Amino acid sequence: MKPASFDFLCPDTLEEALAALSQGGPEARVIAGGQSLVPMLNMRLARPALLVDIMRLEALRRIETSGDEISVGAGVRQAELETWTSLGRDLPLLAAVFPWIGHVQTRSRGTVCGSIAHADPSAELPLSLVTLGGWVSLRGHKQKRRVKADDFFIGMMATDLAEGEMIEAVHFPRARPGSGYAFREVGRRHGDFAIVACAAVADERGLRLGIAGVDDRPRVFSLPPLDDSQFDDAINDIAWSLNARDDFHASARYRRDLVRSLGRETLKEASRCRA
Amino acid sequence: MKSLGAAGGLIGRPVERIEDAGLLTGRGRYIDDLPVRRDTAHLAILRSPHAHAEVRAISTAAALALPGVFAVLTGEDVARLTRSMTVGVKANVECWPIARDRVRYVGEPVALVVAENRYVAEDALDLIEVEYETLTAVVDPEKALAADAPVLHPSLGTNLINERSFGYGDPEAAFATAAHRISIRIAYPRNSCTPIETYGVIAEYDPAEDAYDVTANFQGPFSIHAVIARALNVPGNRMRLRTPPDSGGSFGIKQGVFPYVILAAVAARVAGRPVKWIEDRLEHLTASVSATNRVTTLEAAVTPEGQITALNWDQLEDCGAHLRAPEPATLYRMHGNMTGAYAIRNVAIRNRVVLTNKTPTGLNRGFGGPQIYFALERLVHKIADELRLDPLDVIRRNLVPGDAFPYRTATGGLLDSGDYQTAIDRACAEGGLETLRQRRAIARAEGRLYGIGFAAVVEPSVSNMGYITTVLSPDERKKAGPKNGAQSVATIAIDPLGSVTVKVASVPQGQGHRTVLAQVVAERLGLSMEAVRVNTELDTSRDAWSIASGNYASRFAAAVAGAASLAAGRIRERLAAIAATQLNITSENVDFRDGKVLDRNNPDNALSFARVAASSHWAPGTLPDGTDQTIHETVFWTPEQLEAPTATDGINSSLCHGFIFDICGVEIDRTTGQVRIDHYVTMHDCGRILHPGMVEGQVRGGFAQAVGAALYEEYAYGGDGSFLTGTLADYLIPTVMETPEPLVLHHETPSPFTPLGAKGVGEGNCMSTPVCIANAVADALGIEDVQLPLSPSRITGWRHGEERPPSKPLDAKPAATGASGERMLTGSGSAEVSATREAVWAMLLDPNTLKAIIPGAHEVRKVSDTHFRAEVTLGIGPVKGRYRADIRLSDMVEPEAVTLAGGTEGALGSGRGTGRVTLTETTNGTRIDYRYEAAIGGKVASVGGRLLDGAARVVIGQFFQALARHAGGAPSLANGLIQRLMAPFRRRG
Amino acid sequence: MPRMNATRRHPVNFTLNGRAVSVEVENRMLLSDLLRHEIGLTGTHVGCEHGVCGACTVQIDGRPARACLTLAQQVRGSDVRTVEALSPNPAELSPLQAAFRRHHGLQCGFCTPGILMSLDTLLRETPDADRDEIREHLSGHLCRCTGYASIIEAALAAADELRKEEKTNA
Repeated sequence: MKPASFDFLCPDTLEEALAALSQGGPEARVIAGGQSLVPMLNMRLARPALLVDIMRLEALRRIETSGDEISVGAGVRQAELETWTSLGRDLPLLAAVFPWIGHVQTRSRGTVCGSIAHADPSAELPLSLVTLGGWVSLRGHKQKRRVKADDFFIGMMATDLAEGEMIEAVHFPRARPGSGYAFREVGRRHGDFAIVACAAVADERGLRLGIAGVDDRPRVFSLPPLDDSQFDDAINDIAWSLNARDDFHASARYRRDLVRSLGRETLKEASRCRA
Repeated sequence: MKSLGAAGGLIGRPVERIEDAGLLTGRGRYIDDLPVRRDTAHLAILRSPHAHAEVRAISTAAALALPGVFAVLTGEDVARLTRSMTVGVKANVECWPIARDRVRYVGEPVALVVAENRYVAEDALDLIEVEYETLTAVVDPEKALAADAPVLHPSLGTNLINERSFGYGDPEAAFATAAHRISIRIAYPRNSCTPIETYGVIAEYDPAEDAYDVTANFQGPFSIHAVIARALNVPGNRMRLRTPPDSGGSFGIKQGVFPYVILAAVAARVAGRPVKWIEDRLEHLTASVSATNRVTTLEAAVTPEGQITALNWDQLEDCGAHLRAPEPATLYRMHGNMTGAYAIRNVAIRNRVVLTNKTPTGLNRGFGGPQIYFALERLVHKIADELRLDPLDVIRRNLVPGDAFPYRTATGGLLDSGDYQTAIDRACAEGGLETLRQRRAIARAEGRLYGIGFAAVVEPSVSNMGYITTVLSPDERKKAGPKNGAQSVATIAIDPLGSVTVKVASVPQGQGHRTVLAQVVAERLGLSMEAVRVNTELDTSRDAWSIASGNYASRFAAAVAGAASLAAGRIRERLAAIAATQLNITSENVDFRDGKVLDRNNPDNALSFARVAASSHWAPGTLPDGTDQTIHETVFWTPEQLEAPTATDGINSSLCHGFIFDICGVEIDRTTGQVRIDHYVTMHDCGRILHPGMVEGQVRGGFAQAVGAALYEEYAYGGDGSFLTGTLADYLIPTVMETPEPLVLHHETPSPFTPLGAKGVGEGNCMSTPVCIANAVADALGIEDVQLPLSPSRITGWRHGEERPPSKPLDAKPAATGASGERMLTGSGSAEVSATREAVWAMLLDPNTLKAIIPGAHEVRKVSDTHFRAEVTLGIGPVKGRYRADIRLSDMVEPEAVTLAGGTEGALGSGRGTGRVTLTETTNGTRIDYRYEAAIGGKVASVGGRLLDGAARVVIGQFFQALARHAGGAPSLANGLIQRLMAPFRRRG
Repeated sequence: MPRMNATRRHPVNFTLNGRAVSVEVENRMLLSDLLRHEIGLTGTHVGCEHGVCGACTVQIDGRPARACLTLAQQVRGSDVRTVEALSPNPAELSPLQAAFRRHHGLQCGFCTPGILMSLDTLLRETPDADRDEIREHLSGHLCRCTGYASIIEAALAAADELRKEEKTNA
């Protein structure tokens, strides 16, 4: 279990990185913390011709607040955001989510944007970004664009990232007073990929529920109030709409059941937090 | 605790371990840490992605041409230099460590590469091309017995490799007159205690002497040495096998390294240099060894009071693709204690061993115990349920009475000592059973799911090397000659400075043997522990050893420590005689204390131990007449109780029989189905405790593994034989968060058969805990059939009723999948296109169209009108691989319908599928309907099953969407998602 | 910095256990293999090479990290610390190591170096770490021998010891 060989570039500037990615085409990949990519390299599931290490690019290593948005650069490690002093106030959902992401030992190296780019359908960070209605900033050699998180994730480990592009930063809307947030997850063991993970936001616009682990990407839904007679039907229909699958860890039925029960609990908690 | 030696009191004390300082500072010497010769090369193994296939051709030229590669070997190359490994039953079947003409399990070695390092060796693996012709696989042991089942070994003609029936007492009469006949059926899954250090081998061949020298983290039994030497075609003295000083856990599993000893040895011979192989985790999970999975039907004849008068066992043992030594030992290790802790005089047993397309099995902690006790202790609970008795009363009613020891069981076992009643009484009282019952009552009153389970288990230790011959008929045994005993060996050496070295053939993997041996020998000789050094490395060409040597069957405390004690006793006796003449006293009055040899009645009359001890070196002429040297004393000890099987198949399969009684309270979350172990009590009688700290460690470690087996761990296979748990994210070993802390209790009844009164202790919870937890879960849920592992999804499945349907029909039907764990993917779709049916039909037969619509196709070659070959690159996210695809058209009804059957093969694994396409005329053109079935196997299935089912679906979808688009239509399911997903493939295509 | 070719070795400089190290490695060389097989520090063990078992855990810039999920090239300029640096001198154990020995916190010892590196970070950063925090850090490690209870006891005892030491020093 050793990686196949690859060229390695540790650029000093973002331009240099983007030029290399553009030149490398589909065979070039960004490596940041490496916590998702290196296992795939070791198993030779991934065999890029070029790895571009972006962790020396100081400009990408910042957490910035501007207006109602927290921007997390591509070089920010999960542990850095986890211990960011304003996390509890500005991103309470993430404060609840971090203990569920892998382990201390992987969060210390893994980056926030790396997890977004990897787009594992069970992963907590993509779920959080989608549920909060965040954005992804993409940089190519010649262009720069901003994509809504919900449009960024398009399938099983598949994203809107085009060849030659990289994530420059992700943007989380800052928590607003009078909003409630909650997160629940069921996995087999502590630190495992979620069988079902639910993130919820309750604010003046209503209830939003994000679900990971079931469909091939994190999905987010708006729901009627919990005491509404239509709530049960609504969450049941959501459970059915997720195209749940059987695997040996859990049946599709189990996943749907968890969406119904965990979803309700998460929404309830978010509503309680709001109140 | 009473001590043996006058000066000592060391035995029984929880002293700090000698081993730990080195291990804690990174100075352990595990196999991958050992120095090797400078020209040592590294071995990597190409493994089968298929569960069952003919090997048509292997092309190794490109691999061999890679710079840094020294040798590439196929099964035929290995076969030329070796013989088939010995099989433990009479059967017309061969057993090779590498596939020859056929692969029979995913992960079976197919080719070997020797290269300058592991990285290059793996590069070369990617360059080997193997042509397989896949065969139908069979993974279910019962299905493997069907008349139309695929046969793994044509020479055998069947998958049933062994069958034997046994009768003890008069089971027929007992069942005929029974008030109740109560039975249970169990399918016990596969799991493994998976050490954190994987296998490792360093092998060398000396052509001048035609001799092999191999170091491996093998754990024994060294009866396997004979299997290795025979396979390598050399006498035993030309097969030197050594073990490293430290081993990173084994739990039985490292017995299974031996086929790789053979492969590495041959590879070293062919490469002309030493070869080192360190197994990686994927290899380990896929292709090391595991416990057997077993289907058991157990019936009891029961009186109205719950007394069991007879048992009828029907065991179907699944040993995987080959019957590798020492299998079918898993099935026979428990033969003497098939009645567990109970006095049941009538027993019928039918044992069948079946081969399936799964990895061959081997030793695993608990060896045979989990399988039988799961059936027996579930049955006891079921008897209680059916007769409306308390399970604890049924257990108590049937126990072997306290005054009956040593107790000869119906099947020939000799239970050495015990007081089961008292141990149970104490466990209930000290373990808080009453509180637990109250907690259950309260929980149930509140509508929560709470259950209590019990398990009473006899834990055998120190295996009789003859038990496996119970698999032979009495006539066959007669011809083969009797096999019995369990030689353990210890050597005590004294050097010219009078310091003491102990050497044993015990091969520890973390059990602290060096510490316990130092305690035992120091106490016997009146020395401090620091004065005794212990060496547990084994070298078959220099050390004393025998077939029973090694670290298995919990034999250390009972047998090895005992042999060391006997050897120390002999040395002591001689030293006493030598000292007596110098001290002018009789040897009875000589005592050993504080590094001195002295007059018991006059402590001032003393000599230093070192001086007396060294006299055999410096002044052998001064030794008293009739007193032998004290330089080197080796003791072989085999207990007389371990006799060969009797003519009527009675067998005392183990020397010692400890006792365990467990109580477990569980609560099950109504929402998630997760099991929380609320309270766990485990009472142990392991005879005399030699080191409380280590006994505690053995119990807690075994318990944690058993919690894994009960709730999390399974080596899972798809119906097609694909292996699904190739990573530690899929094979779920409990972390600290999943491991509760049991209350551990002890009730000691020393064994009369072992030198120190000790019995084995390490395996018991692997036997008792899975069934105890299952009993508690069954009690909580009020159901009878519980299946391990008790996953939340499975538990919820037993509980939930009809599912609430969606409020309106779904747009897209949920993908229909098979039973949980089944790998077959199915799906369907349709598209409206503007082209005519004839035009669409033509496209399906045209290589250029196929090239355009097969995702990632580089090239499509037409082999015949209905057969195409393609090179494709498929990928999802960063996971990308190049595959060879083979597509055949059949059942063609022009221009209405056709079946496409395809297979892909590549370094990452394989896929196969069939799709039926129907073309219907519409007003605007044609409607294409398709449905498909597909499966993925090989590496991708083993390491990425969680993700890749979805990925395969995407790829299959792409094909049909592309077909539709190509035919000028808009696929009805087409959306931005598919378009974007396809973009990279189209560009490359 | 120029693109480093896959087929050649390239220099990497970092600090290892307090000393400057300069080696040449292939781009694909894992930190675990570099430490063990190029530099010869075999105390860091390899159990899974996919980041789950935790045996290879070392400290990179003061944080516990998987050496098997780190390319050697990624630690350029970093401060790497392994189990070999834990004890004050070869004949003495650190308080954490000594607590492991006293409480039988290890059996085969294969997972132990990784666990020590994680706990060492925790106890340095959070001297009054409680049982839950210790369990949280331990959850990134698999041990097959002990059932974990003795490891937790050892960690708690070491935390006690370190707090006492701190008081004495203060």
